[in-house]
Amino acid sequence: MEITKTMTSAMDRETAAAKTAFISGNKAWGDRLFRWLTLGFSASILLILLIMAFEMIKESLPAIRKFGWGFTIGKDWDPVQEQFGALPFLYGSVVSSILAILMATPLSVGTALFITDIAPKKLGGAVSSLVELLAAIPSVIYGLWGVLVMAPWLQKTVQPFLIDHFGFIPLFQGAPYGVSMLAAIFILMIMIVPIITSITKEVLTAVPTAQKEAAYALGATRWEMLRVALLPYARSGILGAVILGLGRAIGETMAVTMVIGNTPQIALSLLAPGYTMPSVIANEFAETTSKLHASVLMEIGLILLVVTLIINIMARLLIWSVTRGNSGRSA
Amino acid sequence: MKRTPSIRLIKNGLMTLLMVAATLAVLAPLGIIFVHILKMGASSISLDFFTQIPKPTGETGGGMANGLAGSTIMIAMSSLIGLPVGILGAVYLTEYGHNRFADAIRFSADVLAGVPSIITGMVAYTLLVVPMKGFSALAGAVALALIMIPIVLRTTEEQLKLVPGTLREASLALGVPLWRTTLQVTLASARTGIITGILLAIARIAGETAPLLFTALGNQFWSRKLTEPMAAIPLQIFNFAIAPYEDWHKLAWAGALVLVVIMFSLSLAARYFGRQKRYS
Repeated sequence: MEITKTMTSAMDRETAAAKTAFISGNKAWGDRLFRWLTLGFSASILLILLIMAFEMIKESLPAIRKFGWGFTIGKDWDPVQEQFGALPFLYGSVVSSILAILMATPLSVGTALFITDIAPKKLGGAVSSLVELLAAIPSVIYGLWGVLVMAPWLQKTVQPFLIDHFGFIPLFQGAPYGVSMLAAIFILMIMIVPIITSITKEVLTAVPTAQKEAAYALGATRWEMLRVALLPYARSGILGAVILGLGRAIGETMAVTMVIGNTPQIALSLLAPGYTMPSVIANEFAETTSKLHASVLMEIGLILLVVTLIINIMARLLIWSVTRGNSGRSA
Repeated sequence: MKRTPSIRLIKNGLMTLLMVAATLAVLAPLGIIFVHILKMGASSISLDFFTQIPKPTGETGGGMANGLAGSTIMIAMSSLIGLPVGILGAVYLTEYGHNRFADAIRFSADVLAGVPSIITGMVAYTLLVVPMKGFSALAGAVALALIMIPIVLRTTEEQLKLVPGTLREASLALGVPLWRTTLQVTLASARTGIITGILLAIARIAGETAPLLFTALGNQFWSRKLTEPMAAIPLQIFNFAIAPYEDWHKLAWAGALVLVVIMFSLSLAARYFGRQKRYS
């Protein structure tokens, strides 16, 4: 209703403008100019995106021509010797983001449920705005805390404990470095929890109340209501929130660069240092040793761009499916 | 009806407890980080922070005055570029854009907002740093503007959509041309909401580091021209945090405190504007 109303009023406006233009030609030039001006600014968004894609592809072409697909499975990285293999960065990005997401998801969904359905309204609101405020802290500050507080703590307390008690698992073998894959996973988890929580919260509040009341009317306890009525309805939206968090984790640069140790290797142990795609760009792009080196970093950027675009588009579609136009779905 | 604590109720209690535990586990590290920033920042900050530039290694003291100035200049420049594009672009979407093209713009804005910020830095590097043969504050501002534009566009669009169509029609009926109606009625009545969006966008770019790494680059001294490398608070925090000097770590903590205070003030201001009454 509301939408059709605004649509018709907008159409009326346009026809009104057209009529004015027809009746008094000299008065409407302002309108026409204004229309073209706003159109230009609007179109520049599309232009920016196209230029971005074009530049990234153009600049990475030399590397693509030289190495082809072999680039993504090469393990050796030595810019001075012009040896470029991207596998350690792909591996580091995938492992750190996936493990961070696995740890962050249950915590975020639990917190979102606490905010929407368990806490008294005021407490829920307070927790919610606290989480939102903390989502705004810049990543370089998380990195600062990570490298000066968390990494030493990991090195002195957590990692020796893991080595002593779980050292038989290959994931926890080696020396305690502090800066490590584990540190990157922790810092990423802390950073993406607020994002997943706030989107999940929005998705949960979009679930119709009738859905919940129906479950209660059947005698469900609160948990049964959440499990049977709320979560299934919000499932695709929550999945969208998680995927959006994944996109953020993969593109995250500063905090990870500061705690992961920046060593291009593929180590099974989480205690060993690693490297990610954005980190290698951040560390090496300003001081490339050769044209090819710059081009290779551009190609890593291109891979990162494509991956995050796919992830973001998927996430948006999933979130929209719950928060928009949910009236037509089977309730 | 007699009620015994069944397995269902126990399960309910257990799950509630788990959710409370999850909330505490989420808030705990965030609280710890916050306490550390306050404690370390407060013990390291002094008047020098705001008046001095960083001292060379080995000397104590120094501040981030050049970073504060650099951040302010670059934020102002990127607002100059980003705000007109974002706001007027949103005007097209709400006032004229009921077509496929507008949908494409909306989609591009969402896509652009999801691009990792380091990529915008790389693009600004190839577009500006390479042709101008040097790192510059200008390139940094452009990189930040690229991040700002989609945020401002989408928030402004949301606000303009809330302005009732009758307001516009009333103005048009008085014979006011559409462009003046848009500027003086539509945009003016959505003012507070648009300001909220702008403040949030500024808060966002004030903390961005990655796009500045190979555009503004950073500078240990004052910059005299916009075509020179320029210091910024987030860049200085990064460089000082990973350096092995105790004094620089202190400066980094002080910078973090200042940055957090600035961002929280901005988002408090945004909340204030967001709560103003509209269209009642």
